[in-house]
Amino acid sequence: MTISRMIKQLDLETIVQAGETIEIKNAFTSDLLSDVMANAPSDSVLITIQAHKNTVAVATLAGITAIIVCSGRPIPEDMIQAAGDEGIALLKTKNNQFQVSGGVYQELYG
Amino acid sequence: MTTLPFDTLDSSLTLVELIYRLKIKDAMVRNVHTAGRTDSLRTIQKLMKESSVTGIPVKDGKRLIGLVSVDDIMSALDGNYIEDKAEDHMSRNLIVLEDDMPLSFAISYFEKYRYGRFPVLNKDKELVGIISSRDIIVSLLLEINKEVERLERENDSGSQQTESGHMVRRFMVKQLDFEKAGKASTEIKKLLKAKGIDTRLIRRIAVAAYELEMNLVVHTHGGSLSITLEPDHVEIRAQDRGPGIEDVELAQTEGYSTANEWIRSLGFGAGMGLPNVKRVSDQFSIQSKPGEGSLVVCTINLPQEDSHDDKPDD
Repeated sequence: MTISRMIKQLDLETIVQAGETIEIKNAFTSDLLSDVMANAPSDSVLITIQAHKNTVAVATLAGITAIIVCSGRPIPEDMIQAAGDEGIALLKTKNNQFQVSGGVYQELYG
Repeated sequence: MTTLPFDTLDSSLTLVELIYRLKIKDAMVRNVHTAGRTDSLRTIQKLMKESSVTGIPVKDGKRLIGLVSVDDIMSALDGNYIEDKAEDHMSRNLIVLEDDMPLSFAISYFEKYRYGRFPVLNKDKELVGIISSRDIIVSLLLEINKEVERLERENDSGSQQTESGHMVRRFMVKQLDFEKAGKASTEIKKLLKAKGIDTRLIRRIAVAAYELEMNLVVHTHGGSLSITLEPDHVEIRAQDRGPGIEDVELAQTEGYSTANEWIRSLGFGAGMGLPNVKRVSDQFSIQSKPGEGSLVVCTINLPQEDSHDDKPDD
């Protein structure tokens, strides 16, 4: 699915826009960055509560194209800056990781 | 024991290495003006004036037996015994250094004793030089200049070729610098991409580089992450300056971590780092000395083009 469809279906707030036509092929839910690094498929959206700059670094390395920050965690300015620099979409929601994961799963495989 | 006027743990590795690597004989003045035991203090005073030094060692043959300082000369003028022999008034209780000691000894001696200079002896207790704090400053400045030039060259050229024509890049990683964390690995990834290396291999190399980089940030006093690109393999090397790993076996156990609460709250310290590196590596080794530091080296093989001949099914 395209990122714009995911944003619309899950009612996500866009913090950093990286292109409307980005294709989300897979998803990965984790708050452990080593876990993301080791196991997240590339071209994924990452569902997490880790709202800091290092998440963007991991996303860049793991080939993740979008990050959804859950549970309304505040996003620091340097994370927004880093996502912008690396061309990674940064999205935000009040829902938790379980709810977001369910929604994304439905869209991808439902 | 050895007291240095700065904290060696938090200082630049290069500087600390320098004062241990340089020997006193590298910094000392070899051409020492000396006097004999029967020379008069007047003669020594003239010698000081001519050679603009403030301390003259007194020798008996090759052996150092004392030192006459400007202070001794002033006392002699004051007490009206400037025509007396050196041996009657020189300082005999001398603090000396040996030429093979690291420069750090001289620095700590200047901190400890507050003398202007120290005579330097060789193994056979012969006087071979004299060292002042000025000599230390000059030799350090010269060496630091060389080091900085070397580092600048390394940074400017971006990457270096080894003798065998392969590429090496080295990144410095600071302790608890979460601000720049992941930067070295990101650079490494870009570099491999530019070299046209297979995406799946890049991912494996990136996992190793990232975990080792984060280990440097989270667990060490800082160090360096370097990559060597050879025709048949990539080597990632993480070297740090302490504190070293108490139990190397335990440190490689999945789930074991020494990270504190706030580091864990950032999503690190899950005890997955080294196991992850090991998993993606074809070869993996750790050398560690508690109190000194660790060296982790991992190698990832690159597929060889002519290997298709051996494996037609591939």
